[in-house]
Amino acid sequence: MKSVVASFGAGSLFAIGLGVSGMTQPSKVLGFLDLFGAWDPGLAFVMVGAISVYFLAHRLIKRRSRPLFDSHFHLPTRKDLDLRLATGSAIFGVGWALGGYCPGPGLVAAASGAVPAIAFVVSMAVGMKLEHLFSRRLARPVAQILPLP
Amino acid sequence: MHDFSPLAALLGGALIGAAASIFLLAHGRVCGISGLFGGVLRRTSDVPWVRLAFIGGLLAGGVSLRLLAPSVFEASSDASWTLAIPAGLLVGFGTQLGNGCTSGHGVCGLGRLSLRSLVATGVFMVSGFATVFAVRHLLGGSP
Repeated sequence: MKSVVASFGAGSLFAIGLGVSGMTQPSKVLGFLDLFGAWDPGLAFVMVGAISVYFLAHRLIKRRSRPLFDSHFHLPTRKDLDLRLATGSAIFGVGWALGGYCPGPGLVAAASGAVPAIAFVVSMAVGMKLEHLFSRRLARPVAQILPLP
Repeated sequence: MHDFSPLAALLGGALIGAAASIFLLAHGRVCGISGLFGGVLRRTSDVPWVRLAFIGGLLAGGVSLRLLAPSVFEASSDASWTLAIPAGLLVGFGTQLGNGCTSGHGVCGLGRLSLRSLVATGVFMVSGFATVFAVRHLLGGSP
């Protein structure tokens, strides 16, 4: 129960941070991405604030033997760079720049009742589901996808 | 010119970093919104309640902001409408394929000094810059 409350609290605080920083406004995000227009450096300041706090906190928290509500840490350990990472990030960047929403601000703006944000979140869920199906196909042996005579 | 407030941006960013830190302390996991949300859509995923509670908190935060500080949201335009659907499809597909978005790779990954996240963040930033350049300055549109 405490675990669920902590998660809910973290989500709420995250949303407040997005609101305070102006990231719930797509025009601020697009202003940052518009390097060759009236550039708005806001997003860079948001990233600096967020990364600094997380950098320090994560070093302290990692000294613990375990998190509060789990038996061990589940942090990513991969170090390899692959095509999936680059291709996926490139596709995400295009979508981010078309709508001015990444997943967090999209969800928060949708909860505010903004209809384009609701449309964004629904189609984001569809896009995620499509990727899950696509990856499952790729994960199968090639012989199952292309039955050779 | 946009109204730009460096202090609000830094403070809001610090709150985002604090929220991600609380998530790490509580659950020992990266606070990546595309990963948490994507997991909810899978038939089987670990810690479904932690995921649902976080997404619920985000939505509750959105409702609270709407009630207490409605000016943090902007009026939508026709352009935002027509682009919202392709934008969502690409963000959904891309973040699942690339294992993260602005929060997971951008905030937590860079904060953990992860090379994969540095590459991912560099790629989605450059791809975002190029897309806005193409739409606004080559095609003359206004996303």
